[in-house]
Amino acid sequence: MFLLKKNFIALIIVLITISSQPAFAKKVEEFVLLNGLKIIAMEDHKAPTVTFQVWYKVGARNEATGKTGLSHLLEHLMFKGTTNYGKGEFSKIVAKNGGNENAFTGRDYTAYFEVFASDRIHLSLELESDRMANLLIDEKEFQLERNVVKEERRLRTEDEPTSLVEEELYAIAFKVHPYHSPIIGWMSDIDSITRNDLYSHYKKYYIPNNATIVVVGDFDTSTLIPKLKEYFEKIPKGEAPAKISIKEPEQLGERRVTLHKEAQLPFVFIGYHAPNIGSKDEFALEVISNILSSGKSSRLYQDIVYEKQLALYAGGNYERISADPSLFYFYGGLKPGKTTKELEDALYAEIERLKAEPVSDRELQKAKNQVEASFIFAQDSIFYQAMQIGQIETIGVGYKYLDTYPDNIRRVTKDDIMRVAKAYFTEKNRTVGILIPVKPNGKGQ
Amino acid sequence: MKQIRVFFILIVLLLLSFYSANAEEAVKRVVLKNGIVLLLQERHSIPTVVFSIKIKAGSIYEPDELAGLANLTADILTEGTKNRTAKQISEEIDFVGGKIGTSANADYAEASLSILKKDINLGLDLLSDILMNPAFDEKEIERERSQTLAGILNEKDDPGAIASKAFSKILYLKHPYWRPVDGLEDTLPKIKKDDIVNFYKKYYKPNNTIMAVVGDITLEEAVLLIEKHFGKWEKSKVSLPKIPSPVKLTNKNVELIDKDLTQATIHLGHIGISRKNPDFYTLIVMNYILGGGGFSSRLVEDIRDNQGLAYSVHSGFDARLYEGPFKVTMQTKNENANKAINAILKHIEDIRANPVKDNELNDAKSYIVGSFPLRLDTNSKMAGLLSLIEFYDLGLNYFTEYPKKINAVTKEDILKAAKKYLDPKNYLLVVVAKQKEAGIAK
Repeated sequence: MFLLKKNFIALIIVLITISSQPAFAKKVEEFVLLNGLKIIAMEDHKAPTVTFQVWYKVGARNEATGKTGLSHLLEHLMFKGTTNYGKGEFSKIVAKNGGNENAFTGRDYTAYFEVFASDRIHLSLELESDRMANLLIDEKEFQLERNVVKEERRLRTEDEPTSLVEEELYAIAFKVHPYHSPIIGWMSDIDSITRNDLYSHYKKYYIPNNATIVVVGDFDTSTLIPKLKEYFEKIPKGEAPAKISIKEPEQLGERRVTLHKEAQLPFVFIGYHAPNIGSKDEFALEVISNILSSGKSSRLYQDIVYEKQLALYAGGNYERISADPSLFYFYGGLKPGKTTKELEDALYAEIERLKAEPVSDRELQKAKNQVEASFIFAQDSIFYQAMQIGQIETIGVGYKYLDTYPDNIRRVTKDDIMRVAKAYFTEKNRTVGILIPVKPNGKGQ
Repeated sequence: MKQIRVFFILIVLLLLSFYSANAEEAVKRVVLKNGIVLLLQERHSIPTVVFSIKIKAGSIYEPDELAGLANLTADILTEGTKNRTAKQISEEIDFVGGKIGTSANADYAEASLSILKKDINLGLDLLSDILMNPAFDEKEIERERSQTLAGILNEKDDPGAIASKAFSKILYLKHPYWRPVDGLEDTLPKIKKDDIVNFYKKYYKPNNTIMAVVGDITLEEAVLLIEKHFGKWEKSKVSLPKIPSPVKLTNKNVELIDKDLTQATIHLGHIGISRKNPDFYTLIVMNYILGGGGFSSRLVEDIRDNQGLAYSVHSGFDARLYEGPFKVTMQTKNENANKAINAILKHIEDIRANPVKDNELNDAKSYIVGSFPLRLDTNSKMAGLLSLIEFYDLGLNYFTEYPKKINAVTKEDILKAAKKYLDPKNYLLVVVAKQKEAGIAK
């Protein structure tokens, strides 16, 4: 879950929801500068391009009540000028050098990237080191950009009924933990954020010892590292932000939310609290995610979309790559004439089946093959490989996690699957969100 | 190589292209005996192969009363063959972590395959089976039809889709581009199995098929494999219906669609150009400056950056076989709709009236040329582009010609093209919004 500054790379959202399969067979090198800035470099010379990414350990997770959306709004202001470059100059320079750039904010991170022909990488060094240290937040620019973000919220959430259900669901699944609030922020919070809130947020979190640079592509590490030092090492180390230790208490009973909104078809969204990356159960849950919803032969598609024809689409997703425990969720958009009860029951039946009977040898092998194939396909894109490293590194597991990932998946047994299904997919651990369509004249269906 | 000569006479095998200084393998083009045009680029860095197939079987070839036929035909291909059920197909491809898919758009139908090299025989067995032996089972047709109808219903919650469909319908009148590719609620139920079978028989022919292959494979290997799996696919005469060019709208046309939304979704434009139009390259540069260029266009700078009216605003020429639309799209809160529309029109007028600035022209060219390698940097991007190059007959010197043509564009070319291809008087405006709040004049 994260929001892009611009909307031209919808692809990334797809990549991230299918979640990170391990990326590399190639050599990854790690360096830490004197100011604590970490650099992870992976050469890949198959095409004459390079991606440069800066990952800050700050996102919606670091926001307080009343100031949600701060990280995302700051991400927008990072393009609005520094002491050295005026408003919009960053993007202009990148573009006229044939590069693409953008940024995105998640619950646990804010990341900035450029993709260039390999001979232009020096521009990333100059521009990213500049805005790490010298951001100006002009009051007028802040006011304008706040309006842009409000339009973004209208576009992605207010006028998008299924997004509203998702937002509602997280808000009741998490009572205490900041995953309660949407990344873009609540509308009234966006309104109440001030220029000074943003500047303090910047000062506090945009420090070298709270960031990781990831470079992947056609470059020479031994030439790049001295240059990185030259540009970034002069930025002073800051005071490390305090660790967040908010724990969502155990859920003791089912929670439900319904949303009445003008829409054509009902939508069901069901979340279970699940452990995050680093837990002993994450690999079995990941295999379950594949068995349930990877490809048209997966259980949810076969049963709910194909056989019963209850839903236009149905799936499940395990939010494993998360700094704190998040959700394993299921969703489906109903077909006309079907009820949300039918869809809920069908989803629960599939979940119960996981607990009651072992998956077949072939299903287990298929899930493992899918994970391994994605491992190889991922290497086609330098951008995606850098994303995986940046994400894993930023949420605190360390990129080396990816090396052992395939083996950990291979070790998952049928018993593991039954055990974790029983442990997490329980009624009391469940939160259900339902969209009830309202006809244009205001009457319910 | 002997076998190749026996079964597949290589009619053409040439054409090298070097689009960068890097040691990238040349693209090769071969026409196989049964007429399949094969384009191939070897890339051995990872053990995968991507196939991007285009068949001249788009929705422009279906009759109005059966709108949705081309799409339904393409969709149903993966839902069972004479040798496999739908479930067997998905089970076999999923088991090896591959992907196979089919779809259609206005100009062509597509099929794609991504597969690990070690599984390529299985992948091509499946791909050839779905393209050559579809079963068109009645039950599968019913299921797919009901999926498509539910999809159409679901899209009625998407203001962008509503605007887009209304825009094409009004803009293209009787030209087939008016039809939504997924069909209509009143035409889909009329499509019979025979219609699908006949459409398939008419257009799904090897000599009507382009196959672009990129990845860990040589031309020899590919030809042998394709011969093995597609060798029995027989060539026969295909006659593509000739379609007259679309007729331009006159005057200003306004379509207001009322919906309970916080934002107005605005689509403004008119008929644009076909992909074969020689002014295509000039218009790429012009449009980049106007509203195509990411963060740097005039529309974004004014409407988003300086006025804070929108999260996204974009303009583009959708150049197709026939004249596709030119369109500016944006969303802004209902109350700001008029202000935004006026800003869009002002920029269209301005670029028609005054030459672009030198720095705008230079920046646009350097982005478009400089970012070219980024459009080819994955196997699937490259395969997709190769099949398009062949479909639109752009020639394999495209990789060297493209930067040359972009670099040759002058300020005068842009002014001339803007005057010729942009029209701030005769245009269509579609707005999906809470109309009471938007208050747009007809």
